[in-house]
Amino acid sequence: MTLLWIALLPLLGVLVPAFGAGLRRRECSLATAALPALALLLMLAEVPALLDGETLRFAVDWIPSLGLELAFRLDGLSLLFNLLILGIGLLILLYAHFYLDPDEPYGRFYAYLILFMASMVGIAMADNLLLLWVFWELTSLSSFLLIGFWSHRSDARKGARMALTVTGAGGLALLAGFLLLGDIVGSYELDTVLASGETIVADPRYPLTLALVLLGAFAKSAQFPFHFWLPHAMAAPTPVSAYLHSATMVKAGIFLMARLHPALSGSELWTLTVSLVGMTTMLYGAWFALMKTDLKGILAFSTVSHLGLITVLLGIGSPMAVLAALFHIINHATFKAALFMGAGIIDHEAGTRELSRLGGLRRAMPLTAVLTTITGAAMAGVPLFNGFLSKEMLFAETLTSPVLGGLSWLMPVLATAGGVLSVAYSLRLVHAVFFKAPTQEPPKTPHEPPRLMSAPMALLATLCVLVGVFPSALAGGLLDLASRAVLLAPLDFHLALWHGINLPLAMSAVALVAGAGLYAAHAYLRRFLRGFKPVDARLVFEAGVQRAGNRAEALLKRLDNASLQRYMGLLLLVSLIFVALGLGKMPSLAGEAPQRPVDGILLTGAALLMFSGLATVVTHRYRLISLLMLSMVGLLVSLTFARFSAPDLALTQLSVEVVTIILLMLALFFLPQRTPRESSLPRSLRDTVLAGALGMTVASLNYAVLTRSNASISDFFLDNSVSGGGGHNVVNVILVDFRGFDTLGEITVLAIAGLAIFKLLNRLRLFMPHSDTEGRLWCPDRYPMILTTISQTLLPLALLVSAFIFLRGHNLPGGGFIAGLITAVALILLLIARGVEWAQARLDFPYQPVAIAGVGLATLTGLGSWLFDRPFLTSAFGHFQLPLIGEFELATALIFDLGVYLAVVGATLMILANLGKVTTLHRPVKDAHSPATSGKEKR
Amino acid sequence: MESLYAITTGVLSACGFYLILRGRTFPVVMGLTLLSYAVNLFLFSMGGLTTHGATIIDGKTSYADPLPQALVLTAIVIGFAMTAFAVILAMRARGDMGNDHVDGGRNREDREETRR
Repeated sequence: MTLLWIALLPLLGVLVPAFGAGLRRRECSLATAALPALALLLMLAEVPALLDGETLRFAVDWIPSLGLELAFRLDGLSLLFNLLILGIGLLILLYAHFYLDPDEPYGRFYAYLILFMASMVGIAMADNLLLLWVFWELTSLSSFLLIGFWSHRSDARKGARMALTVTGAGGLALLAGFLLLGDIVGSYELDTVLASGETIVADPRYPLTLALVLLGAFAKSAQFPFHFWLPHAMAAPTPVSAYLHSATMVKAGIFLMARLHPALSGSELWTLTVSLVGMTTMLYGAWFALMKTDLKGILAFSTVSHLGLITVLLGIGSPMAVLAALFHIINHATFKAALFMGAGIIDHEAGTRELSRLGGLRRAMPLTAVLTTITGAAMAGVPLFNGFLSKEMLFAETLTSPVLGGLSWLMPVLATAGGVLSVAYSLRLVHAVFFKAPTQEPPKTPHEPPRLMSAPMALLATLCVLVGVFPSALAGGLLDLASRAVLLAPLDFHLALWHGINLPLAMSAVALVAGAGLYAAHAYLRRFLRGFKPVDARLVFEAGVQRAGNRAEALLKRLDNASLQRYMGLLLLVSLIFVALGLGKMPSLAGEAPQRPVDGILLTGAALLMFSGLATVVTHRYRLISLLMLSMVGLLVSLTFARFSAPDLALTQLSVEVVTIILLMLALFFLPQRTPRESSLPRSLRDTVLAGALGMTVASLNYAVLTRSNASISDFFLDNSVSGGGGHNVVNVILVDFRGFDTLGEITVLAIAGLAIFKLLNRLRLFMPHSDTEGRLWCPDRYPMILTTISQTLLPLALLVSAFIFLRGHNLPGGGFIAGLITAVALILLLIARGVEWAQARLDFPYQPVAIAGVGLATLTGLGSWLFDRPFLTSAFGHFQLPLIGEFELATALIFDLGVYLAVVGATLMILANLGKVTTLHRPVKDAHSPATSGKEKR
Repeated sequence: MESLYAITTGVLSACGFYLILRGRTFPVVMGLTLLSYAVNLFLFSMGGLTTHGATIIDGKTSYADPLPQALVLTAIVIGFAMTAFAVILAMRARGDMGNDHVDGGRNREDREETRR
């Protein structure tokens, strides 16, 4: 349980500064530090148990089906890293308290920082690969926030984006690697994975797994060739750099390599890849550290170089090399954090980080000068400081490890070269800032920072010296625990300052002397190198990102040219291909059922239908004629339904046809009367071929279905219609009862379409032609007498018919849909004959509520069945006896059908009457002087 | 009879497809209407073609398949709503963009036509 708290407390700590925005700076800093400090104490309390050789564990299931569990462990390695993460984190907090300007949003900054700290603790303590990965990604995200903290600065934004891209991409590779690893081992539990090193190395997927995991680790730890993000992350505030690039973020990759060392390292592939990449990184980083003129730039590249050093040691992989790697992790964290803090102090107090503008600061800032010199010496590997010890161990290991076979002598040579460079840049850093005579005045008059701001740095510098002098006493125990966790076995070792005169000592001496010489010759070297063009990694990266974006855009433009015609063409083509492929698989198109004979009526009907369809197409440029042809198609379809025993459909089709054609004619009034000829001949031909081919597939499909006898589920409906639904008209019973839920959905769609059209017509401004295409004015006789009279006479009759059709619908052809359409047609006829104003004065009700009430009534009928503990839309019916009229039947389905009726009437009128209103408002009148009165004019 | 029916459906849908591929809104709307007729006929025939059948339970033995009928009935009404929406959208597009090209009319002929 303690383990959970150690991991959880920093995470909870994120909330403290986030909600403590009202606190003053001092209180806010203290409150923020409280929870991580508590976590640190809790962890220290567990150390005795660790010393007994235990590994502490805590686990609860999170997503068992994925193998993900909330599992934490505390072993030596976790302890080492947690000490760095929490310990240095607290020092950074103290430092940041003084570093940030008072007007900066410190609460936000602390929240990001603690979030980052919590995710690092999570990585160090995760006992499950997937959980580790989750925290891994969390560090990428929170470091993005931290690096981009000064979001008003372009370099901060770009640096943050670059870091996120590189480490995030590495994270994805890592996830793939973890999944493979879990697949090979069969578990994501760390213990199982670590114990099955031999299985993993023997698996054929090992090279891929290793490559993916290393990709993630290298990207995170800024190993060559992914090193370029790190220097650009220096755009972050200095406390962030000091934290991320000394103890935490970049160490995550190192941690991962150390953590998975037992599982992955047992192969030549590991040794070669890791040690060579590390060596390249070490030399590359050291060289550029020497070339940089920006303080933080030097430190950034030296970080890259030291990470390379640790990687080399992990790559060599012998027990002593691992020990040296762990030792250097501690040493590097202490001196590099202190150096970054020093750079921040100089930047803060002198106003610049450029070496050329600094110099002679030892008089103004004596304490900072001493501390920087100590930590700089540790970085250079000067004896008596901690860096010296781990570097000597590196030299010793490169001498004894046969990594490169016959070329193994290269390793110590290259390591010494790295040592030379490291001495040179450390010397330059210290000398140029504090001891060289200044050539320019810095922007601010430099002075010592507040005492407490130097305190973290002083503490770390003291540690550098103490560890350097008494390594065994101060670091021995911790290293023993950590190496046991990595090597899975106790290691017998002895840390000491003096090993006698031997080859590593000679290498150190060479490094020191040659490094000093290199620094002396540094000016000449720079002059010589001026001939080479520097490559700015950021420009290369940004150009790469830009290029990827451009490529994607170009590809998108080719696919998506905003042409509906092309989309439709492609869509139809693809569907044609797939249907054709399916048809091609059929053994024969015709089924076993025999064809029935054709009579004259059928033939005539089919001929007329095809003729009117083709005529619609041929005349489509003359829109009114084409529309008339289309109405013929509709009528013939209605007759087809009647011919093939579907009276309900015929009635529906007929009334819908009337409404559709009226609607299209109204719309045509506002649209051009002719379609210009614009399709080129090849295009028309192409469309003809495509449409023809599609028509043929439709016909083939239809024929294939029609010639096969099919087992239908309709017998159920036929059998149960009367007994279950209380109706004799099976179609209507299906609509209002068996499939009532579908119908409810459909009338909802209808109502929504009506509302959408109402909205589309809102404030529509349209070009109004005053004459037809031939130049003839519209007929001035607006409301013809005969039409007016007939429509008025017809209305009550039509309403009566619709009531009749509605009521009989359950037992005979009819029902809510048809009745609603008939009512709508009658009302629309009146609107046409009399105009919208006249009708509205007499039929004063809005249409939208009618449609919505219809949907609501149908829904309520469905809900009503819940009152009787029945499922939604269960219907009930009964037979009643009334005097004079006799027995009749009532079903709740009738109420549902009433809802359908209302929805259809409301939606149809909403569509047509609203369109009609647009017409009336803009209608051209004979008397152009009185347009306002035209609507009320009666004839 | 079956082949005649299938050919008719095929011809109607081919006409619909051709019109859908046109460049102006009104023919496209008509194409949609035509296509919905064809689709309705197609769906309707899924229950087989019944002559002199019934969907009213009155003791007769020959029944037409009622299920496709019920489905097509709602399809007809929804098809009307869709056509209405498409044509009003076409009007709106013309009102807002000044032409009735399906792509919003970015080539010169459209602009000339609008000016006329």
